[in-house]
Amino acid sequence: MEPRVGVFVCHCGTNIAGVVDVARVAEAARTWANVVHAEDYKFMCSDPGQAMVKQAILRHKIDRVVVAACSPRMHEATFRKACAEAGLNPYLFEMANIREHCSWVHEDKQAATLKAIDIVRMAVAKARLLEPLETRSVKVEPKALVVGGGVAGIQAALNLANAGIKVVMVERQQSIGGRMAQLDKTFPTLDCSACILTPKMVQVAQHPNVTLYTCAEVEEVSGYVGNFDVTIRRKATYVDPDVCTACGICLEKCPKKTTSEFEEGLTTRKAVYRLFPQAVPGKPVVDRESCTYFVNGKCKVCERFCEPKAFRWDDTDKVVHERVGAILVATGYDLYDASALGQWGYGRFPDVITGIEFERLNNATGPTGGRILKKDGTEPKSVAILHCVGSRDRNYKEYCSRVCCMYSLKFAHLLREKTAATVWNFYIDMRCFGKGYEEFYNRLLHEGVKFVRGKAAYVTDQPANDDEKGRLVVSAEATTLGEVLRVPVDMVILASAVTPQPDAPAVARRFGMSLSPDGFFMEKHPKLEPFSTATDGVYLAGACQGPKDIPDAVAHGAAAASTAMALISRGEVEVEAATAQVTEGACSGCKVCQDICPYAAIGFDGPKKVATINPSLCKGCGTCVATCPSSAIVGRHFTDQQVLAQISALFAG
Amino acid sequence: MADKKLQFAIYWAASCGGCDVAILDVNEKILDIAAAADIRLWPVAMDFKYKDVEGWADGEIDVCLFNGAVRNSEQLHLARLLRRKCKVMVAFGACACFGGIPGLANLHDRKSIFEAVYGYTASTVNPEGTTPQPHLKVPEGELTLPVFFDDVYSLSQVIPVEYYVPGCPPTPDTIMTAVTAIVTGSLPPPGATVASDKSVCHDCKRKKSDKPTIKRFHRPFEIVPDPEQCLLEQGFTCMGSASRGGCGALCPAVNMPCRGCYGPMPGSLDPGADALAAMTSILAASDDATVAAETARLLDPLGTFYRFTLPVSVLGRAPKAS
Repeated sequence: MEPRVGVFVCHCGTNIAGVVDVARVAEAARTWANVVHAEDYKFMCSDPGQAMVKQAILRHKIDRVVVAACSPRMHEATFRKACAEAGLNPYLFEMANIREHCSWVHEDKQAATLKAIDIVRMAVAKARLLEPLETRSVKVEPKALVVGGGVAGIQAALNLANAGIKVVMVERQQSIGGRMAQLDKTFPTLDCSACILTPKMVQVAQHPNVTLYTCAEVEEVSGYVGNFDVTIRRKATYVDPDVCTACGICLEKCPKKTTSEFEEGLTTRKAVYRLFPQAVPGKPVVDRESCTYFVNGKCKVCERFCEPKAFRWDDTDKVVHERVGAILVATGYDLYDASALGQWGYGRFPDVITGIEFERLNNATGPTGGRILKKDGTEPKSVAILHCVGSRDRNYKEYCSRVCCMYSLKFAHLLREKTAATVWNFYIDMRCFGKGYEEFYNRLLHEGVKFVRGKAAYVTDQPANDDEKGRLVVSAEATTLGEVLRVPVDMVILASAVTPQPDAPAVARRFGMSLSPDGFFMEKHPKLEPFSTATDGVYLAGACQGPKDIPDAVAHGAAAASTAMALISRGEVEVEAATAQVTEGACSGCKVCQDICPYAAIGFDGPKKVATINPSLCKGCGTCVATCPSSAIVGRHFTDQQVLAQISALFAG
Repeated sequence: MADKKLQFAIYWAASCGGCDVAILDVNEKILDIAAAADIRLWPVAMDFKYKDVEGWADGEIDVCLFNGAVRNSEQLHLARLLRRKCKVMVAFGACACFGGIPGLANLHDRKSIFEAVYGYTASTVNPEGTTPQPHLKVPEGELTLPVFFDDVYSLSQVIPVEYYVPGCPPTPDTIMTAVTAIVTGSLPPPGATVASDKSVCHDCKRKKSDKPTIKRFHRPFEIVPDPEQCLLEQGFTCMGSASRGGCGALCPAVNMPCRGCYGPMPGSLDPGADALAAMTSILAASDDATVAAETARLLDPLGTFYRFTLPVSVLGRAPKAS
């Protein structure tokens, strides 16, 4: 039977109709083969617009629907649903994008109308060859995996667990807490970071619905939305947590010291350690790399003092398998390696420090007991805080790191409060956009802090006069004064850029995510779905998606949790039907497709020697279709014949 | 058909003669063919004149095995003439099926080829600049040469073809399968290719890893291949996965990467693009510089991936100079 195509052209208010002559598009469509009905309407996506589609399907016995409107990312689902409600298989619907691809990018009305006609003719050509496809539902495992135990991950885990959903939390380090645990005070309220974070850390660890794995990493993820199989490697800690009482005697007695990562290398920790005093879990672990016993074969001093006999020298890595319905990636951020930014002197001058180092200096449990001291142990008389070190700079990171202005103001405040130092802020723009942030800036303007609007060009120890001798000199153009300043100071704090974690590309591959150009994980939609990824069932929480301050990270974590909750409480999920399919007769088992699938959806049937595609995992991206050298994989809903028909239709105009 | 012997015609156009020799490669079975069929035309073996063919009634011949591509006026004339005289037309060999090696002339045009051949190839010695002339008056009358075309065509691009017997040349097994089908009257539906519907890989005995990768492209003379492992994974531009099987994977069995002479897989739009997409997809290179360096080692990609199929591919030919 010949297909009967209905064409509906949307005005989208003036978005399309302002440039494209929509009535002419509909008129042209009426002249094409198989088009039995064509009309235009102000808003096709509105209820009356959808009703028009449904009525026309019934009245004109339409069995192929083409809506010429916006991007299918906006309304494909809307019209598929409308078709289904009129009894038409939703895959017999095709969308022609004459807004993003046409009216929004053209000014010449005549040419844009001709282009819109071409686009719609192509859609009709494809629609003629569309085939009905069946969607399937799969059950959702009522359990979530949270990767990363920073504040965003903690908030997400708590929301899920409080909703009665089982949560597995995986943290790479010895303790959860993440970056926030390293901070001293938080802006703009100046409350103690640890004081507000540690109760949440304890809550999540003690929650009956949460299984916490620290010193652990997700090694492999397979499966699909609702049914992910996750392999977690729990690294050997050489301490039995069930026996250890966390008395801490081993921490005192261990004779071996090594650099403390938590203290940003400003001091040392022991080879048996907990990350910081309020670490959760509080039970120490042995760092095999630095432990004298593992390096030299003898020591075990810790064991001699351990009353409950908790040390297990034969401990090995354990691999744990978990099946979860949703995955929340909350792997956080890193900071730009300031030593790679030579002009500001980090690594060359001991008193050029990074912001996170300053956090530790200022912290009561930090290396100086909370006193702000130079490396020689004296208090600085003047301090320069350099904004945008590595951020907003085409040579390094183009984006704004979003938190530096505010913590730089906080540093200025703390310096004024704790020391008698003169404080200089060198900034490009003051970005104080959050709740209470502008007020905090105004407060600082009255605290005697010197603000220079100009990015510091470099820091040098070469004096130009007696006043500069033996000091660090910051050179910057004060753009409001129009002159270059040289400011001698005793300490320089670099607000270094917030960067993606160094292993973000590998983590992205593991979870089937992509990276945006800045290297952070790519969200599904930058405005409407910043907490989802292109992989169904994998969500983003916190700064792994882009720089965030604490309230934003917490809100993001909660949003990701609620989206995961919606999935889990729905209990089942529909999977895409427009997937790739192997033509077994043509597949010769060359296995070229095996590793190129970004969603790990392709397997191999050994006895038959043919590739197999798991339709629940397949997103229909078409990579394997293009790769298959034997033309043995068909991309359903995007078959060669359909695509060729579109191309032919384009040139038939 | 039992009481009357089949009438065969075997013709060659733009070909090397290998397909004709391949018919003899069936060895003693040639006698069976001779017993079942009268070979009415076979220019490579016996002397025939145009008027012999012109004298046949339309449809007098049962089957024509036509080898070679079509690239000049004489070949086109004979193809059309034979089409009229023969009930079943078989494109025999890669050149007739897909244009074959002569089809690579579609990278150039008639003029540049002519200038190269009579002017400056490494083996050309032509100090006087002597070139063949299309017309020559002699006492007996005028001699003419056929006119070359700018394009090389596969047989089905110039006349309707019933069956395809691919290969460069077709193997004796493929030939006997085709001949047996003709003789016994058990021919497949018109349009069929007498070969496998699976790729060469299917018949290849080499070991394939679960996640094939290519670290570096090699030409066959550059390294000694491992006799067990998939040649593609060793970096050879083996066309096996993108090529129709039926040959028995003879080349890879003797350490020679498949050259793709049985043509595209059923349903393939462009075998060269298929192979290129597959090979570059599994290239183990993570940055642009490595990709550029490794793909630069793929010498003559067009001649490699479209070695037998350029005229029937989506590309078809290189853009013409005009």
